[in-house]
Amino acid sequence: MADSAVAPGLVDASRSEAPPRHSVLVRVTHWISTLCFFALLLSGVEVLISHPRFYWGEDGNALSPPLFIIPIPASRATVPTGYKYVLPDQNGWSRSLHFQSAWLVVFTGLLYGVSGLISRHFRNDLLPQREGLQGAALSKAIGDHLRFRKPPASEERSYNTLQRIAYSSVVFLLFPLMVWTGLAMSPAIASVFPIAVTALGGQQSARTIHFFDTILLVLFVLVHIAMVLRAGFKSRMRAMIAGRPTAAKEQV
Amino acid sequence: MSDVSRRKWLRAGLASAAGVTGVAAAATLADRYGLITPGHAGIYGVGDSLTYAAQRLLTEHSMAREFSRDQISKNPFPNCKAPKLKEYESQQAAGFDDWKINIGGLVAKPGSLSLRELKQYPAASQITHLACEEGWSFIAEWTGATLSHVLHEFGIRPEARFVVYHSLEKDWWDSIDMADALHPQTQLTYAMNGAPLPPGHGGPIRMRVPRQLGYKSIKFVTRITVTDNLKQQFSPEGSYSWYAGI
Repeated sequence: MADSAVAPGLVDASRSEAPPRHSVLVRVTHWISTLCFFALLLSGVEVLISHPRFYWGEDGNALSPPLFIIPIPASRATVPTGYKYVLPDQNGWSRSLHFQSAWLVVFTGLLYGVSGLISRHFRNDLLPQREGLQGAALSKAIGDHLRFRKPPASEERSYNTLQRIAYSSVVFLLFPLMVWTGLAMSPAIASVFPIAVTALGGQQSARTIHFFDTILLVLFVLVHIAMVLRAGFKSRMRAMIAGRPTAAKEQV
Repeated sequence: MSDVSRRKWLRAGLASAAGVTGVAAAATLADRYGLITPGHAGIYGVGDSLTYAAQRLLTEHSMAREFSRDQISKNPFPNCKAPKLKEYESQQAAGFDDWKINIGGLVAKPGSLSLRELKQYPAASQITHLACEEGWSFIAEWTGATLSHVLHEFGIRPEARFVVYHSLEKDWWDSIDMADALHPQTQLTYAMNGAPLPPGHGGPIRMRVPRQLGYKSIKFVTRITVTDNLKQQFSPEGSYSWYAGI
């Protein structure tokens, strides 16, 4: 019982030796983003089913040729779906939940982004390192992943190249693109920054890109969960909740 | 209690006091500059308040995007049918010439305005997007009289803060703030793509609020009330956000 030997109020030397795997800020922002992700996904799907058709360009409606259709029933009778029934419309609360979660995740993302820059978390831990991106190292990392090899103990403390590529893509590409395409669908925002819409190819293109970005984020989350399970659910969850992969007692 | 933890508590206390004062000061300022949405209450009030305040600050002088004539949608989707009401049918048979809008509330000269009189006002045209909250949209040329011109004709009283507008269809109305009511693109539309506004698009008269989603563009408008207070009656579609600039 190493813990009880330490006087209260003093710093436990055995715990301060190694920094936590995840800082408090990373852990808190991770779980707020998780909550927002599922709220946005659920409400987004709910809004999507009122018009499960997608278009490219500025405009598109039930009378214009779609880019593609999702073959599901809709929550509005005015959409031709081929189904003889209409799902209940839940857009009221869904839209409100969507925008409220969007605000929360944007503030969380800003906090995470600013602190990641200041603390050099991005440069040190998140961006892929040059040596990891070289052919041999990269193909070995991909091979290890494809063979579902358990990660070496060294990865308790840092991210491997594929993790870095995946996390960086989410943080620096998919998340900002989601915010951008979301804002580009707003008539009020478009009135202030028209180029935010035209640069994407139009308002309906923004909606279509928003949808594909969702698909990519859902794939990321599925792979992320699978990898956490493979690497050790207990230790990885404990690291993201308490900061360290193993309880303090076991560490001594 | 040790010194360290006392200091910690003190700091936390000061921080929360500063936080509460900050929020209170922000609320006072927001109220003074008209940045508080009537939809600020309820569990989604935070999101609605942030969106409204942010967009009111950003859109003070903004104009909805206008398009070129060749961008007009070939098939504008009419998501509605003509009202099945005797009153509507007899008006339609008479060519809607005597369609009337009653204008009241906080105006100097309450009264009514017929479609024929509305067409005497300077006509404004715009090629803008109509984006429905469901996700679809179309672009059309809309022609009508600006709401701002109509309201000035009837004399807006200084206490005016919102404009409520009703459809001929029962339980269908909505409201906007003065920023949108006096905006040069907010209009009482009577023509679309050079022809009288069809019933499926809200003819004979539809309110067009192009900087907000389609559900604020109420069809078959028969009544306009200027008010200083919405008394929580801002829209019958209670669960939809009052402000729809998204």
